[in-house]
Amino acid sequence: MKTAGTSSVTVWQYLIDSLVMLLVVFAFTTFVLFLVGAPPFAAYYYIFKGALGSWIKFSHVIKAWIPLTLCSCGLLYTFRIGLWNIGVEGQVMMGAVLTTYVLRLGTHHSSPAGFLMLAFCAGILGGALWALLAGYLKTRGGVHEIFAGLGMNFVAQGIILWLIFGPWKRAGIASMSGTEVFPTQLWLPHIPTLRISPAGLILAVAAIVITALMLRYTKIGLSLKAIGNNQNAAYLFGLKPGRYMLLAMIFAGGFAGLAGSIQVSGVYHRLLPSISSNYGYLALLVVMLSNYNVWIAPAVAFFFACLNVGSIQLPMVLQLDSALSGVIQGILVLATLAVQGLRILRKDAT
Amino acid sequence: MHLELRDIHKYFGRVRANNGINLTVEPGRIHGILGENGAGKSTLMKILAGYIQKTRGSILIDNSVIDYNTPDQAARHGIGMLYQDPLDYPVLTVLDNFMLGQMSGVRNKKSAFRERLKTLAETFRFNLHPDTPVAMLTIGERQQLEIMRLLSIGIKVLILDEPTTGISTMQKETLFSSLRKLASEGESVILVSHKLEDVEALCDTVTVLRQGQVTGLMDTPFETTSLLRMMFGTPPEPPGKIGVEPGNIVLSMANVSALGGRTGLSDVSIEVRQGEVVGLAGLEGSGQDVFLRIASGLIKPFRGSFEIQGQVMNHKDYHACSDAGVAFMPASRLEEGLIRGLSITEHFALKQKQQGFLVNWKNAFRKAESRIDTFNVIGRPESTVESLSGGNQQRLLLSFLPQNPALLLLENPTRGLDMESVRWVWDHLHTYCEKKTSIIFSSSELDEIVMVADRVLVFFEGRVVKDVRTDETCTMELGRAIAGRV
Repeated sequence: MKTAGTSSVTVWQYLIDSLVMLLVVFAFTTFVLFLVGAPPFAAYYYIFKGALGSWIKFSHVIKAWIPLTLCSCGLLYTFRIGLWNIGVEGQVMMGAVLTTYVLRLGTHHSSPAGFLMLAFCAGILGGALWALLAGYLKTRGGVHEIFAGLGMNFVAQGIILWLIFGPWKRAGIASMSGTEVFPTQLWLPHIPTLRISPAGLILAVAAIVITALMLRYTKIGLSLKAIGNNQNAAYLFGLKPGRYMLLAMIFAGGFAGLAGSIQVSGVYHRLLPSISSNYGYLALLVVMLSNYNVWIAPAVAFFFACLNVGSIQLPMVLQLDSALSGVIQGILVLATLAVQGLRILRKDAT
Repeated sequence: MHLELRDIHKYFGRVRANNGINLTVEPGRIHGILGENGAGKSTLMKILAGYIQKTRGSILIDNSVIDYNTPDQAARHGIGMLYQDPLDYPVLTVLDNFMLGQMSGVRNKKSAFRERLKTLAETFRFNLHPDTPVAMLTIGERQQLEIMRLLSIGIKVLILDEPTTGISTMQKETLFSSLRKLASEGESVILVSHKLEDVEALCDTVTVLRQGQVTGLMDTPFETTSLLRMMFGTPPEPPGKIGVEPGNIVLSMANVSALGGRTGLSDVSIEVRQGEVVGLAGLEGSGQDVFLRIASGLIKPFRGSFEIQGQVMNHKDYHACSDAGVAFMPASRLEEGLIRGLSITEHFALKQKQQGFLVNWKNAFRKAESRIDTFNVIGRPESTVESLSGGNQQRLLLSFLPQNPALLLLENPTRGLDMESVRWVWDHLHTYCEKKTSIIFSSSELDEIVMVADRVLVFFEGRVVKDVRTDETCTMELGRAIAGRV
């Protein structure tokens, strides 16, 4: 009932396009590896082994998958309404900052669980407010969300550095290794052998389900889609595009902020300069590659997480830079966009 | 140069913009191309200028067939076009713009071009300083510059597309005298216009187009009545009106002026009563679009006052006007009316008024099914709107109109529908009048307005130049008003 059913022809077309795209990516990456004189298949093997070779490695992949999925879910709202929320990176950072703020207050408190909950709410709030600010700049100030977001990413990074080297510096020293580590009772509980936190996993899965339901069954979801597809017509249908843009930004920022909370309390247990690990930017690629589909996005996020974790092996075993995963991800997205562009051209031609 | 167009066809999808057009332009003549909007004038001229490619047909220069695909190649054959919006570079100076497209190689003497520009300007009595930035020129002066540039690159057939739009009377005189001078020197001039007065004042020969075909050819002296008949077709059949007794005032405007559209709207004062059907006539973009958008709250007037059922709406937005009982249906279906990518069901879901967080999909689906049935839309509830044909999109738009509005504002409500559908649409719309709704609609079909409306407002250059009851006028009189002759 949602949209017109795609006919079998377009489904085949989609599969063929995807296959061609993967081949192109594979060929190009192999070419790059040849160029630097590395054995390509060994590289692929070590990436695979590095990501899924043991339960410990798999747990690292999941650790990367959680924030990536959360950010991707948030971005689905903004992409749905046609906004390029590139500020998601900064929104993760501000979520992390507010989480750290609350956790620092709770270091000597008797109920750590309560403080953790409070810290997560603060993280969501931090991301949402940071996104809302970019949204206001867009709807009231006429600043394009890409520029607002990019600018605010730098400001967020600046705030983190100032906090780490200023008010929140470790006793005696201030260093890039971040703030003082929190006492263990303020760490997000995790399964000891696997080092995966069930709470983080549950939150990520919940985010996927909630986003899918929101976009599919609620008036908000329908309105976001309507405005994203045709703002003028949606206005004539009685919707207020500005308000929904702010709402979409709040959702995106909220999920990103939550990712920041998990990074602080579940992964690093302190605030780091690189707390966001570029998961925000990576999530933009994930969502584009998944063709803005809420069910495909988690799978793509998993693939990207594998690439990221797996390529850590490369410098050790093949003397290759781990940036190779970035190269593969970049080519993938470029190829996807090119295929999408070709699809549109083909449609126009007929 | 003797130019001949033979059996030119141009199809855009299923639309036949040019359908077998023949045209001969003699050297030393000013040839007018007259017709309504959408008659195929601009398409034909763009084909001639190499801007778009013809589907079929041939172009002959001095009796030999030539082929070209770009404006640049057309210019090498001596054919050049002055577009409605001059294609120049505002940040550059007059001299720089003049030199563009004429320079070759590396060494280009600016002084030589300056001299050439000066000579040309003197011949035509154009008052242009070479060092003025183009951004500071008026539209008329930019035209003058472009004409000189085209002549300098060796244009023998000069095409002008609606050149008198947006220029002053004095500039028009200068333009016309320079065109006469060009013709006297053996060049050909093609003037595209929908303004009778321009064509009558300047042209030696006129070709009239209507719906992509040539409907007439006439030499000076022109006979206005015949030209109008060629432009607008045969007089309409006896009107079928609803004739509801007008009730209270629904919409009133007093001295309303606004910006927007091509012409804006200046100083309009009218009153529309319950049950009245008012047609807005005029060439497309003469102010009808702005008028409808003011009445629906989409454009705010900068002067005058505007009331809906006695309530001042000057500073209210579209949503407030909707709440006051105004419903607006835009002409551009996929740009403003419908949302690409959304199904018919999703459109009805958006229209749902009941409270709640969730979409009532079942309800929306049922509503879509029943409206598709009532409005004869060929499509299914899950069809996306862009997959529907134009006529079906139009019917779908009509099915979105509320049940009991006070005022319906419809922009070209029957565009793209065949005669039978048009009749059906008006039968449907007239049922609104019985419920005391007033209808204001624009249409490019004068016949339709005379047939179904009680009253007609004729727009010309952003003003209402005529406001009469349809039974007290005729198409000829209205046609004259549309062309600016009141």
